[in-house]
Amino acid sequence: MARIVGIDLGTTNSLVAYMNEGQPCIVPDRNGRTMVPSVVALTDNGLIVGDSAKKYLTRNPERTVYSVKRFMGRGLSDVQSELAYFPYSLTETGGVIRIRLGQKSYSPPQISAMILKELKLRAEAYLSESITKAVITVPAYFNDSQRQATKDAGLIAGLEVLRIINEPTAASLAYGLQKNTQGTIAVYDFGGGTLDISILKLKDGIFEVLATNGDTHLGGDDVDRVLVDLFIAEIREREGIDISGYPDHMQAVRLEAERAKIRLSDELKTEIAIELPEDKGRFTRELTRDQLESLATSVIERTLTPCRMAIKDAGLTPKDIDEVVLVGGSTRMPLVRQRVEALFGKPPHCHLNPDEVVALGAAVQADILSGGTTDMLLLDVTPLSLGIETMGGVMSSLIRRNTTIPASAKEMFTTYVDGQTGVDIHILQGERELVKDNRSLARFRLKVPPLPAGVPRIEVTFLIDANGILNVTATDMRTAQSQSIEVKPSYGLSDTEVERMIEDSFKFAAEDIGARKLIEARLDAESLIKATDRSLAEAGHLVGPEEADAIRAALSQLSTVKDGTDPHAIRARMVELEQAAKHLNTVMLDDSLKKGLQGKKISEVS
Amino acid sequence: MAHAPCPFLLMDNNQPLSHSDPRRQLRMARSMCWHCQSEVTGEYFCERCVKVQPVSKDTDYFTCLGFPRRLALDPKQLEAKFYELSRTFHPDFYQTKSTNEQTISLSNAAVLNTAYRTLRDPIQRAEYLLALETGSVKDIRTSPPADLFEEILELQDTLEEYRASDRGSDQGHRLRATLQTEQEALERRKGEMESQLRRLFADWDKLQDTGEATSQARAERDRILKQMRALLSHRTYVNNIVNDLAATIA
Ligand SMILES: Nc1ncnc2c1ncn2[C@@H]1O[C@H](COP(=O)(O)OP(=O)(O)OP(=O)(O)O)[C@@H](O)[C@H]1O
Ligand SMILES: [Mg+2]
Repeated sequence: MARIVGIDLGTTNSLVAYMNEGQPCIVPDRNGRTMVPSVVALTDNGLIVGDSAKKYLTRNPERTVYSVKRFMGRGLSDVQSELAYFPYSLTETGGVIRIRLGQKSYSPPQISAMILKELKLRAEAYLSESITKAVITVPAYFNDSQRQATKDAGLIAGLEVLRIINEPTAASLAYGLQKNTQGTIAVYDFGGGTLDISILKLKDGIFEVLATNGDTHLGGDDVDRVLVDLFIAEIREREGIDISGYPDHMQAVRLEAERAKIRLSDELKTEIAIELPEDKGRFTRELTRDQLESLATSVIERTLTPCRMAIKDAGLTPKDIDEVVLVGGSTRMPLVRQRVEALFGKPPHCHLNPDEVVALGAAVQADILSGGTTDMLLLDVTPLSLGIETMGGVMSSLIRRNTTIPASAKEMFTTYVDGQTGVDIHILQGERELVKDNRSLARFRLKVPPLPAGVPRIEVTFLIDANGILNVTATDMRTAQSQSIEVKPSYGLSDTEVERMIEDSFKFAAEDIGARKLIEARLDAESLIKATDRSLAEAGHLVGPEEADAIRAALSQLSTVKDGTDPHAIRARMVELEQAAKHLNTVMLDDSLKKGLQGKKISEVS
Repeated sequence: MAHAPCPFLLMDNNQPLSHSDPRRQLRMARSMCWHCQSEVTGEYFCERCVKVQPVSKDTDYFTCLGFPRRLALDPKQLEAKFYELSRTFHPDFYQTKSTNEQTISLSNAAVLNTAYRTLRDPIQRAEYLLALETGSVKDIRTSPPADLFEEILELQDTLEEYRASDRGSDQGHRLRATLQTEQEALERRKGEMESQLRRLFADWDKLQDTGEATSQARAERDRILKQMRALLSHRTYVNNIVNDLAATIA
């Protein structure tokens, strides 16, 4: 069977992993980086993804999409409260959010597909083989529409999605593989945009999920926002400027807030510096960890409620949990660790790299699916109750939350009026009594033969498969004929729309790859030019004048081709410049080493 | 599809069938391999072509998990069997197989999960057994125990009063205390019913073990099932009230 890769499609960062001799490994890029920022930018030369796109967040905020995962499987009304934080323009067509980039609109699955394609290319380049199959992770608390949207993204990217697997359970597989633990564990996954908690029982290679809970709109992004709000208010007060009216500056504020938050995980205080619009200078202030924590407390407290519910649903108390595993970048915040430790009454386990463990687990699951291992088996659950609308706008539950999947339920339908030829069925997901408080998943119409009222007997089977995705089938019990059902999703792309998007994506693939290569080459050239300029300024006197001239010549040649359209030419000139500056860099390194050693005693050196 | 239509019929056995149900006889007719048409002698797989076989539609949850129709089941053994069968049927292990096998694995796994969920919980297990034995497809209707009728009516009034009251006031505190006492009393009552149920469960198992078919044994069987039905229905009723109370005064 062809290789199946494991993909962590994150709100902030995405990764791809594969199995190598029984061990999962992350695919790095050519600079050794493992994470692809989940950012897509539209530039004059086309669409770009990842690190290079991240640079456009402040340069061109209206055309640079980040955190698109927050919009997967959602309608505009679901995200109303956070629209103000996004500089790009969002609209809605057919229950699906659309993101405007230049002349075209893209659905969230299309944007996610661009990230997936980037990962696919990365894996293909690294493994020197074509990759067409993947396991993709989603937050455990994702509903049916959000899962379906993720699957669509895979299809659009040209990937056969063999399994949608939950992020915390994926993490538990990687963890279990390494530690060979038995017992009850809690996986607390706090990433950029989502919070998940899963309680699992590990026994003889079986990973049985007992309960899961979470919030698909709660993550590090929300911590950044409390800081952003603070800075906006202070800038308004101190400088009289409403910086929220300047999208590029707002992105700078957001990025500075995130950087400060990250620094404060290791330090007790840090400096904030924000360039103000219209040459008003800079806004600076000191921020302490205490200040951050008092602002972030409410966000972090919100993560604990789902934890308590999951423990309760598992029929356990915190002391029954043998080990707590931390996943996701936001669990690096000391306050998060403290609160989690207080809740479970034991220090959490944080020896795994919280950024990589989900992708590693996805690779393990891929290995299981391809028959590579039969030692481990994951028994996951459905996070939300599934039901249908009944009389009076009430939801009648068919499959309860935390039911092990695959799970199925049957319901018999009949008619109320003589000769009635159809029965409308409305499928819902959620924990509330009333239809209007739950998530509408889909509607469909059962075809019924025209008979006296009450005579037809149509049995409908609702099956939640191992991906947590609903499948509906119907059988006429009188004739034993099954009928195909066309389900219209309430918040999702139709099959024909997905097909068109797949076609589009193939059409533009070649163009996009060309554009991407050019932009990446340019960005790399820019950094090389900057670095070499700096070396020349600092250490130019250490090499001969001829050598310095040669470097300057190579520099100016690179600068000229950089603005052209040939990525190969740019790369070639880069190699020349690197060659010319090689000696300079060595000399500079030696020099700085020597300087560093001066003033130290010999004993300190050896 | 090139395959012959597959007679997989593994479906949820939400509506258990009684012994006398004519559909039970169909079971033999289905023990032919959907793939090679030879007679299936293995438990879950055709021994000739090694293809997974659909669990018959009429298999009850006890049979599915390989346990006799007893009400005392060792949870450890049940879990071990569930894990073993999960390894047999889970779709993860059928990804490289044919579409037919994948479909069978998916529905077998779904039935297995329902079976385990039902038998794992002693109350659900008893309700299921009752439905199996009495051939009743209807859910057991919840009803209040006769001697609690007055008490429960009064309790509903107090609950109403409490909901309308100012929680912080003296009256609120007093009502809350009353409700709390009621809750404790009802929980004790629920506990008593559960020990009565456990005794009935033991009676049932003993009767099954003796395997007698005398008229006396039949009368005993009917007594147990009747009492069990009444107790289960009362217990659920009391349980619902206790939950409601706990939620209101929490
Ligand atoms: N040292 C740190 N201290 C605090 N927060 C951090 C640190 N490092 C990363 N983060 C935060 O972690 C988040 C990203 O984590 P991660 O990469 O796990 O998320 P993701 O997988 O992309 O998102 P999700 O799982 O929610 O889809 C960001 O909000 C980032 O600011
Ligand atoms: Mg994540």
